[in-house]
Amino acid sequence: MRIGIVCPYSWDVPGGVQFHIRDLAEHLIGLGHQVSVLAPADDETPLPPYVVSAGRAVPVPYNGSVARLNFGFLSAARVRRWLHEGTFDVIHIHEPTSPSLGLLACWAAQGPIVATFHTSNPRSRAMIAAYPILQPALEKISARIAVSEYARRTLVEHLGGDAVVIPNGVDVDFFAKVEPKAEWQGSTIGFIGRIDEPRKGLPVLMKALPQILAERPDTRLLVAGRGDEHEAVSSLPVEMRERVEFLGMVSDEDKARLLRSVDVYVAPNTGGESFGIILVEAMSAGAPVLASDLDAFAQVLDQGAAGDLFGNEDADSLAAAALRLLGDPARRDELRERGSRHVRRFDWSTVGADILSVYETVTDGATAVAADERSGFRARFGLARD
Amino acid sequence: MALFAVGLYLSWTAGRLDRLHARIDAARAALDAQLLRRASVAQELATSGVLDPAASIVLYEAAHAARQAEEEHREVAESELSQALRAIFGEVQQVEVVREAPGGDEAATELAAAVRRVPMARRFHNDAVRAARALRRHRKVRWFRLAGHAPFPMAFEMDDEPPVALADRATT
Repeated sequence: MRIGIVCPYSWDVPGGVQFHIRDLAEHLIGLGHQVSVLAPADDETPLPPYVVSAGRAVPVPYNGSVARLNFGFLSAARVRRWLHEGTFDVIHIHEPTSPSLGLLACWAAQGPIVATFHTSNPRSRAMIAAYPILQPALEKISARIAVSEYARRTLVEHLGGDAVVIPNGVDVDFFAKVEPKAEWQGSTIGFIGRIDEPRKGLPVLMKALPQILAERPDTRLLVAGRGDEHEAVSSLPVEMRERVEFLGMVSDEDKARLLRSVDVYVAPNTGGESFGIILVEAMSAGAPVLASDLDAFAQVLDQGAAGDLFGNEDADSLAAAALRLLGDPARRDELRERGSRHVRRFDWSTVGADILSVYETVTDGATAVAADERSGFRARFGLARD
Repeated sequence: MALFAVGLYLSWTAGRLDRLHARIDAARAALDAQLLRRASVAQELATSGVLDPAASIVLYEAAHAARQAEEEHREVAESELSQALRAIFGEVQQVEVVREAPGGDEAATELAAAVRRVPMARRFHNDAVRAARALRRHRKVRWFRLAGHAPFPMAFEMDDEPPVALADRATT
């Protein structure tokens, strides 16, 4: 099958959506399909052979911050050329509602279109006004995929219609087979994520830490991620600060080893998560997971069966749950075992097969993807060439 | 006699200041009109379906924010609209596409006029502000409170660089 995938964010900037697309493309190529990924990229960026550059993303103020987006005449022309040259059986667009490459591709193409909704932006006033602009493009999508039940619900609420839920994929064996690191073992709690992003929840964990250390003084907290380390520990009493170790940015390999080594992996995120890939990675590595009870997290953890949950933003509840886990090796083994079994459904072999069956469903009896020549004002005034 | 001369001089200065304040008010009204005009044309273009949907949404949001902005966020919102306009109308072909649409020629011309007039109106306004501020800082004005309760005039600072493709068009 000839598959075209549209990535909305710059290929040279690391991010969840980019990694998902990279892994999906490589998985599909491994199965013998022909895949081309259209992504924004600087001209100098070295790209894998299956990625086609859509030009540099332009920084513009959008939604209260500066976003790097692709739009305008040149980008639209590049999307058209890619559609023409690719002659795809199906195109798979990611994040079609962000005003960038995804929406452009939606607008410029006709034929079988699959779209994945990763994040669910809160409904803004401008979004309601933009609805009539979006709608004609979004109507062309033949199948919608949401990455979680939570993402699906917000999608239905904001745009109407429905979607199938296919979670993000993880290479489970990569995490399951890596060797643990001895220095990260022994009464350790792990945290991975941006230190200075409050939504990742490190402040909640820092608030809970004194209670945990009071009962189990030999506990260590290992923190991997970017941010200001001094500011992060500023809320802790001075004598407890040495119990926190900062590892900085870690490689994929070290991330897996860290997850494989810790006694408890804590995800105290306070919101803004639509999936929680890190929990899946932690479970793949066999780490007992303790997470805040966000909708998306509860979903990934099978409502608490594959990992423990605590009250969101509740440091006392977090401390109590962490102490319970740290003091109960049998429960940790049980979680390890259940997690590893549960996580199989997120492996690329399962996720990739689900996505392929979506492709096959929409291409059944449909013609191939082509550039839509009727888009724009010409169609409105009946000037389209048929 | 001397007292009378001083009084006459102060009264003349107060009159001068009053004229400057009136000039600022007029310049500000003109600037507001140009900014509003620019935002309106931008919003019209954004909802017209002539642009691609991604550009439409970016432009719509910027124009919407500029029109709705509170006074203290106005400069930022208008600057962001300038940036959005530059990003979208950075290429001549995009302007061509707009001009080809029915009624698009008028819209493009009106937008070109608005993006050219905003910097002008802003310069005239800030020029009047500068003159009034210089006079109001003077001893005689401060000691005799000649400015009364009129607020200290503030310049309007924003990024008003017009998009290349539109600015070039307007001058030919």
